[in-house]
Amino acid sequence: MSVFSAIGEEREVDQNEYTPGIEPQATWCPGCGDFGVLKALKGAMAELGRDPEEVLLVTGIGCSGKLSSYFESYGFHSIHGRSLPVARAAKLANPGLEVVAAGGDGDGYGIGGNHFVHTARENHDLTYIVFNNEIFGLTKGQTSPTSPKGHKSKTQPHGSAKDPIRPLSMALTGGASYVARTAAVNPNQAQEILVEAIQHDGFSHVDFLTQCPTWNKDAKQYVPYVDIQQNEEYDFDITDRKQAAEAMYEAEGALYDGTVLTGRFYHDENRHSYGDEKRSVGEMPETPLAERYFDEEYEWERSYDLLGPHK
Amino acid sequence: MTDEELVWRIAGGSGDGIDSTSQNFAKALMRSGLDVFTHRHYPSRIRGGHTYVEVRAAGEDVASRGDGFNFLLALGDSFARNEREGAIYGDERAKPLYENLDELREGGVVVYDEGLLSADDAEDFEARAEENDWHVYPVDLRGMARERGREVMRNTAGVGVTAALLEYDLDAVEDLMRGRMSGDVLEANLDILESAYEAATEFEFTHDLRMPTGEHDEEQVLVSGSNTITFGAIDSGCRFIAGYPMTPWTEVFTLMSQYLPDMGGISEQVEDEIAAAALALGASHAGVKAMSGSSGGGFALMSEPLGLAEMTETPIVLLESMRAGPSTGLPTKPEQADLEHVLYTSQGDSNRVVFAPGDAMEAYEQTRDAFHFAYEYGMPAIVVYDQKLSGELKNVPASFFDRDPDPSLGATLTEDEIAEAAHHHSGKFERYTHDSETGAAPRSVPGQRGGRYLASGNEHHPTGHISEDPHNRVTQMDRRMRKLTSVRAELDERDHEASNQTYHGPDDAEYGIVTWGSNQGTVREAVDRLNDAGHSVKMLSVSDLAPFPATEVTEFLESVESALVVEMNASGQFKRLMQGELGRFGELLTSFLKYNGEPFEPREIVEGFESMANGEDVHGDDTRLVRAAGD
Repeated sequence: MSVFSAIGEEREVDQNEYTPGIEPQATWCPGCGDFGVLKALKGAMAELGRDPEEVLLVTGIGCSGKLSSYFESYGFHSIHGRSLPVARAAKLANPGLEVVAAGGDGDGYGIGGNHFVHTARENHDLTYIVFNNEIFGLTKGQTSPTSPKGHKSKTQPHGSAKDPIRPLSMALTGGASYVARTAAVNPNQAQEILVEAIQHDGFSHVDFLTQCPTWNKDAKQYVPYVDIQQNEEYDFDITDRKQAAEAMYEAEGALYDGTVLTGRFYHDENRHSYGDEKRSVGEMPETPLAERYFDEEYEWERSYDLLGPHK
Repeated sequence: MTDEELVWRIAGGSGDGIDSTSQNFAKALMRSGLDVFTHRHYPSRIRGGHTYVEVRAAGEDVASRGDGFNFLLALGDSFARNEREGAIYGDERAKPLYENLDELREGGVVVYDEGLLSADDAEDFEARAEENDWHVYPVDLRGMARERGREVMRNTAGVGVTAALLEYDLDAVEDLMRGRMSGDVLEANLDILESAYEAATEFEFTHDLRMPTGEHDEEQVLVSGSNTITFGAIDSGCRFIAGYPMTPWTEVFTLMSQYLPDMGGISEQVEDEIAAAALALGASHAGVKAMSGSSGGGFALMSEPLGLAEMTETPIVLLESMRAGPSTGLPTKPEQADLEHVLYTSQGDSNRVVFAPGDAMEAYEQTRDAFHFAYEYGMPAIVVYDQKLSGELKNVPASFFDRDPDPSLGATLTEDEIAEAAHHHSGKFERYTHDSETGAAPRSVPGQRGGRYLASGNEHHPTGHISEDPHNRVTQMDRRMRKLTSVRAELDERDHEASNQTYHGPDDAEYGIVTWGSNQGTVREAVDRLNDAGHSVKMLSVSDLAPFPATEVTEFLESVESALVVEMNASGQFKRLMQGELGRFGELLTSFLKYNGEPFEPREIVEGFESMANGEDVHGDDTRLVRAAGD
């Protein structure tokens, strides 16, 4: 029996394998966009033929963080904003795992903003899904980094004086090699994008627009949407950084004017993932480090052999 | 305490090569058969500013800095500020001479570089020299170095003069140089060394101090606590480290980063300490032996992932190399004031193992212990030490490190074992089992067949799913806390000699001195001196901070009339821990504290003990005595 026998086997996978047999009842509000993420992710994993036991889903805290409870795979429900550093290291320790990190807009762009930029910069081979509903949900409706300027909430009763963050541009500037935006109201596109993001060898950032019917009242806030790949008006080369930056800038601004632009904004297939870069400079083993601990034949080096310079 | 010892202090500006020169000199003395111990003092800046290293050497065991020193090599500060700034900071160029005179013993030897500084810059120097019987040898070290090589080699000239004045053979020094340098640099240094030696033999020696002699039974290595913690981690099979630079933890981080890639391991320098500890968690979760660490302020950021490790029961080893606080405090000076920070930081009831090694050898052993307990029980283990233990060098027999590695992942299951383990009817692995005897919950690793579970920082059911059920909560909480009892039981099974606690002095002594961490060697020396002077004293140095060795400490305290508790902080945190854990002895324990950024000298502990015995109060410039509640 192999050490990690769930890894690498190709087979037909039914997306229901990703539905937990325990606690199937999600606690998200009726009409919540988070259901859309869950459905798209299950669909994508099944389409890719991934075994639930070779997938590690690392989540943050909040409504989005509960994704790992409703998605049947190996899971790590971590802490607010810290899903990326956990996910990064798991991928380095065992590159055979399919690692997906997920969190909300407060989680990913606020408290975890530093990790977001650095993970993008290093271009880890991960898929990062940010549930963007422009609000703090589980703490009951406070302004988030993506809330529009002037947004009134209990913590900003006079209206937010801040411009919202530009997540797509942040990812691109950070160094992400795949950047897309999709929406829960567009399930087909969402699944297609997640499939592409998971397949991509590098850091894939998916800004996933998820309506919040409870705290952002208008459950239809992302309708109608425009798929920029399906619309000739938005014809640009997604492998061109400059064009991608312009398209992102427009999409990020337009969102608050009611124009929802979704689709693939940037895809660089030539940039090496961090794992490859690290291996190429001799800072990472060729075989998964995690396997070594189960190999009884492996001869471990000892500190005694390092004493030379101390003698 | 040895009758004949050398305490050689080399002083200069940061960046002048004080550190490397002293390391080489210490190693040469070790190779000549002497026991050595170094003490490092440096400011928080890169170049310039007064810095020194002491090398204490004797024919028999030295485990502490000494009381002052008896040989000063003052090199001058080549990075001294300009005159305008000098008006504010003083003449830094001359500091290596005059800043050091207060601790220079009577009858001591002074060699100063008259090429760079003048004795006139040090106030009343001649009068003080006469009064204290100092033997002063001005030498133009810079001139010698310039003439035969480069100015920066004046360190070498200083070593040459030192050797001549102490009648020490140059062979060991030259051997080291040949091992470290080559070509013109080597030739120039050897030339400078020998000519300085020759020049100094021409002096009329007025001093009595000579190099002590000694012999080792077996080959020695010169190592610091940072070295041995690194070795302990490597021998534990640790192959993943993530960190962020911060003094003095950086030493271990740097060493691990230099070793690991060549051993097929991974080192990651990341954006902050929250990320660093979270990465170590992620790597460990995926089935690798992993560590992280920091110093005070950086460790504060690790509070979150530390609690997450406790709740998810992810094995992880964290280091905390303490420096003086609060906040950034004294960045390059030691203190033991993060004890409570390390024991209690993060929300909820602490469920962690904490060791505080007392010397370089214990640092090795206890790092291995930390990995053992972290992985056997699925919990965080912390090694807390300080700037003193981080950087001081000591000779240790090379054979000490000749051990088998322990790459075991502890309570981690193979796929065959997972198949046998409890599963929910849905097929999910019940990792957080309710009925574990020791408290440990053996885990699966992502990618293993049949091992799916959710590691959650929320309270959870056996499969890991979030649960607010009161009964489940209590059951899970009790099981996690039970690990501490099991760890304590495993530690208590070791016999007295193998215990992490260190005892010294006569068993039936009347008084005790209790300490923890890096004071151990200093207290040991003080205890010897006190007994030589007719007192009846023994030492207990505690390394197990959590779970606390209540039985051992109780036995010790019950056997003495009263005890002095020696630690480097202002509030007596360790004394508070003892009293809290044992629930008594308040009337027995007098605190002896030092928190000025300098570690204790043995002399100070002797004086502190005598003050306690005589009922005197102490609140000096350097130390403070806080009486027992019963006094």
